[in-house]
Amino acid sequence: MKRSHIVILVAIAIAIGALIMLSVDFSTYDTISSARKKQGKFVHLIARLDKTIPMDYDPATNPNYLSFVATDSLGASTKVVYHNTKPAELEQSERIVLKGKMQGDVFECSDILLKCPSKYKDDKKVLEKTVGESKL
Amino acid sequence: MQFEGEHLWIGTLGHSFILIAFTASLLSTIAYFIASQKQDAAEKYSWIKYARVCFFVEVAAVLSVFGCIFYICSHHYLEYLYAYKHTSKELEFKYLLACIWEDQSGSFLLWTIWHCVLGIVLIKKAKEWEAPVMTVVSFAQVFLAMMIMGVYIFGIKIGNSPFVLTRNEINGPIFGRTDYLSLIKDGVGLNVLLRNYWMVIHPPVLFLGFASTIIPFAFAYAGIQTKRFGDWVKPAIPYALFSAAVLGVGIMMGGKWAYESLSFGGYWAWDPVENASLVPWLILVAGLHTMVVYKATGHSLRASYLFAILTFVFILYSTFLTRTGILGDTSVHAFTEAGKAMNVLILLFLVIFGITSLVLFFINIKKIPAVHKEETTSSREFWMFIASLVFFLSALFISAKTSIPVINSVFGSKLAPPEDVEFSYNKVMVLVAVIIGLLSAITQYLKYKDTPIKNTVKKLAVPTLIALVTTSLLAIFYPITYHKQGPGFLGALYFALFASIYSVAANAGYIWSGLNGKLKAAGGSIAHLGFTLMIAGMLISAGNREVISTEKFKDFDIPMGIDPLTKQQDNASENMNLIRQVSKKMGPYDVTYLYDSAGLETGKRYYHLLFQRKDANTKQVKESFVLNPDVYLMKNNNMSSNPDTKNYLSHDVFTYISYALNPDRDKDTGQYKISEVAEGDTIFYSNGFMVLNNVTKNPETNKFKIALTGPAVVANITITAKDSTKYNAAPMIMIDSMGINQIDDTIYAQNLYIKFAGITTDQKKLKIAVKESDKMIDFVTIKAYIFPYINLVWIGLVVMAIGLIMSMIRRANLSSKTGAIVLILVAVGLFYMFLLAN
Repeated sequence: MKRSHIVILVAIAIAIGALIMLSVDFSTYDTISSARKKQGKFVHLIARLDKTIPMDYDPATNPNYLSFVATDSLGASTKVVYHNTKPAELEQSERIVLKGKMQGDVFECSDILLKCPSKYKDDKKVLEKTVGESKL
Repeated sequence: MQFEGEHLWIGTLGHSFILIAFTASLLSTIAYFIASQKQDAAEKYSWIKYARVCFFVEVAAVLSVFGCIFYICSHHYLEYLYAYKHTSKELEFKYLLACIWEDQSGSFLLWTIWHCVLGIVLIKKAKEWEAPVMTVVSFAQVFLAMMIMGVYIFGIKIGNSPFVLTRNEINGPIFGRTDYLSLIKDGVGLNVLLRNYWMVIHPPVLFLGFASTIIPFAFAYAGIQTKRFGDWVKPAIPYALFSAAVLGVGIMMGGKWAYESLSFGGYWAWDPVENASLVPWLILVAGLHTMVVYKATGHSLRASYLFAILTFVFILYSTFLTRTGILGDTSVHAFTEAGKAMNVLILLFLVIFGITSLVLFFINIKKIPAVHKEETTSSREFWMFIASLVFFLSALFISAKTSIPVINSVFGSKLAPPEDVEFSYNKVMVLVAVIIGLLSAITQYLKYKDTPIKNTVKKLAVPTLIALVTTSLLAIFYPITYHKQGPGFLGALYFALFASIYSVAANAGYIWSGLNGKLKAAGGSIAHLGFTLMIAGMLISAGNREVISTEKFKDFDIPMGIDPLTKQQDNASENMNLIRQVSKKMGPYDVTYLYDSAGLETGKRYYHLLFQRKDANTKQVKESFVLNPDVYLMKNNNMSSNPDTKNYLSHDVFTYISYALNPDRDKDTGQYKISEVAEGDTIFYSNGFMVLNNVTKNPETNKFKIALTGPAVVANITITAKDSTKYNAAPMIMIDSMGINQIDDTIYAQNLYIKFAGITTDQKKLKIAVKESDKMIDFVTIKAYIFPYINLVWIGLVVMAIGLIMSMIRRANLSSKTGAIVLILVAVGLFYMFLLAN
């Protein structure tokens, strides 16, 4: 067997291996209604916090239980349960990415990514607001 | 309209320096390019002389731009958006540099400054390669100058100037007034997450790593341009070694920073931003090895070209990923959408450098000499090439995964990251670690061209035995507890652990047996030893990382990560509440939240947590320390948490505040109830009773550590709760020139406030006021980890960098004095930063 064949075989084996790993490993961005149809499957939801319904977080009793209602852009909404501390700035975020699984009517969330306007300092709106506040 | 109090001169000055830098780098590029085409030596030299002048003018201009920005920020000229956005007057001086790096144009400026420094080195050292190499460096400088130019050409905005004015960039009614500056009291300031000394040091080092990758790239171009296809490799190797050391250190500095000050709970998370700098490093290291192979045997030249080119192309691709906001939802890092003009410019930088270099390479590929005889499987160069290939493929794998958002935006697909992002990388990279560990252990012992196998096997016997024994001992006495991903992955972890220990042992052995202890020549072995020690450290520290702030199931093992009772992930309760002054068991420690205190900066609050480890039988305190994680409490009930770590040689105890917003803290509806008691009398409360033992007049010391300024009386009270726990309270009353001071005592565990309210009119009894609060008064939620043997990671990194620098010194033929000085500075600096500076 020629040396170059070994090289090619190694490359192909690794490439195939990596491809298989990759293909198994994707998840999807879903809407709340499409996630409902995929019970128990790991998905990403892009939603926003429904501020009209009070969220349930009582750190004194259980710091690892947060529950709130999320609404997506199509208007569907779901109860979300997150077994962790409440992320700071949750109420201020314009958009949240929820990672987790739909279990019945409840979205069991394993991670929350926040998209907060205030994190982006270059966001001119924030700077405008800050300038506005400096007028005393 | 004339505005009051503005300092417009410095902005105009700074901006003209940018334009000078742009023009000078453009002229320098053209002059160097022409010089590189000339055959006649005298003519060539006159063009080089002209190009050098342009380059030096550019260096002076770039440094002046930096000087102007520094001046604006240090003087808080808030009429400039740069100062308004990034500085604030409360900031400590050392963060001033951090403010400058924080801005997008500030980091481009840093990059271009390093190109200037490296350019000067090249002019001094590159000799006959100067013209083509500097053509590339100067051309990159043209692009970097454009990034911060901020001018309109044919109605298209090019770059973002750092000298724009606040009033022109943001709208606000105050800008209608000529005295608007007097209304802006202070700048927005540095993001609280970035107020850390790593923010001062990490960006310069990382950008030096970024900037230096252009040199092997430029040499590869020079090889094609001069048609001396193989000669560029030798002079390029020292620069590649330098680049690998600096970029490697820069990347891990980011990891150390994340570990120390962000609440990720780790030093590496396969975040796209981390990957963006790791990928070029992997390709660079692959290229480094093929270059060494070429120099020794004449094999692998084409691969060297490709890797040198792709290293820099992937640096540019990383810039594209992290600066254009395309990563969006996938990263914890906050990106700034720099505007469409900027995105196009960055893309142009990538496309022009990437396409030109790759096209040049493929046009000339046939001319690049290659040895047609195949390497034998017992030769060193063959296995070095395989290792380089594995590094390169793993880089492509990481890059492909990181690029999912790009794929989505190009093809309109909707792929999302997998459930466990870290695991999806780890399961592949653990195999890479196995291969690299084994190859870096064995290949050293092989000889170029051909190897007498018998001899090698004999020499490898001892390291093999050492590695087998060490791994088995670890497996028995200190097994990896990462069961979450099942036995298959656990097995892979053990294989990787064996491979990395094997490589550590084999490389240490090679210095002794292969090089006869000649340390000067041992740079390569030392670098391999360091790298694999770092990998071993990662496997042990991550594999045995333990969250100790869990309440449930702490005494039995849940193998597959799913709790059998609730069918939930077993990490469901990794945060624990600590009520003030009540100790709670966390792993081996009893943790008590002692008190909190305010920091110097507004909103900063330190929480003082006492960790005590007691002997199980004697109850004696074996170990005791206080950790002070802090939190920035911001407006709108937001918080940002900074961890604190207790470092031991063998492990770190790491904790941070995961929740500190307690809305009930100030809402207390309880009322004081006054009882009149004599010594020995009892007062009952809902959860027990308390006895007034005696009264001390003018005590020498007191519980509150308050200096007595007048006559004082203390009531000594013993409280017995229902569960028969006893507490002591000592409320005090003190009379001084200010009047009567009542110093209350608080028993947080029982939610009790006790006040010495006074003395009855007949002076026979004391008035003791007791308040029972119905709310829990003060608590924080914390998360705590034990990271075992994390120091191996940092030591491994430092050793690797030292090894790379040693090789660089040898291959660049530095004098032994210069070499020694460089080496000592690097070693001391890195050791201090990674192992002592906290």
